[in-house]
Amino acid sequence: MSFAFYLIAALTLAGGLAAVLLKNTVHCALALTVAFAGLALLFLELDAQFAGFAQILVYIGAVAILVVFAILLTRGSETPKDGVYSRNWLAGLFIAAAVFAVLGWAVLQSAGGLPQGAVAAPTVTVLQIGNALVSRYVLPLEIVALLLTAAMIGAVIVAMHEKERQK
Amino acid sequence: MTPLAHYLLVAALLFSIGLAGALTRRNAILVLIGIELMLNAANLNLIAFWRYGPHPEALTGMMFAIFSIAVAAAEAAVGLGLVIQIHRHAHTTDLDAMNRMKG
Repeated sequence: MSFAFYLIAALTLAGGLAAVLLKNTVHCALALTVAFAGLALLFLELDAQFAGFAQILVYIGAVAILVVFAILLTRGSETPKDGVYSRNWLAGLFIAAAVFAVLGWAVLQSAGGLPQGAVAAPTVTVLQIGNALVSRYVLPLEIVALLLTAAMIGAVIVAMHEKERQK
Repeated sequence: MTPLAHYLLVAALLFSIGLAGALTRRNAILVLIGIELMLNAANLNLIAFWRYGPHPEALTGMMFAIFSIAVAAAEAAVGLGLVIQIHRHAHTTDLDAMNRMKG
């Protein structure tokens, strides 16, 4: 079980690194899909079946496709002549390393107090999740529905052609 | 079973990778990819704490993660729509070349 975790974690991290480091933007989008799939596998390993499959549906099925569409619409697959990294990449790398140092330090400092093993795996059915969504979490659910509608209309208006907007 | 700290370390590493990507890449779409990786690392933390917490049957962490996935999807749609519109306007997605907000 533990071996599977390290294998999936290595796959996820390799996918994330490739998504950030590769020169061709389309390859980055494909590597991002690998990272998303690895995360879905990690969710499944943590007995969160619903979140794992939602991750596959939403991220691999929708977000990755959106990213590929955006790359193709903006002709972003052409590698720019003056490099893929921004002018102040060294500062960005330093900030990211500092953030990881702080997070890793915090985790390692508190590792003794963290639970080493989990309690018995809970049986979470979709029925339970649905019941929770319409009883205890009904207000967040409504807010998310409103947010998704607003985001969809906003994205369409933002990406619409100028000429069509003037009509 | 794998200790919780290992999941947290993987999430921290993924978050830092995403942050490095968001801060160092030129292309606006790659910056969005970095932000998505950071959001996913946070989701991994939520699910891991839910699973290792004393009451996983309360579903709290899992609900957090599900709502977070929904919000991230909305964020990706609006962000990529903005990138497409900026490309149409300025004919570039290079963030170093976009140095004014006036059209």
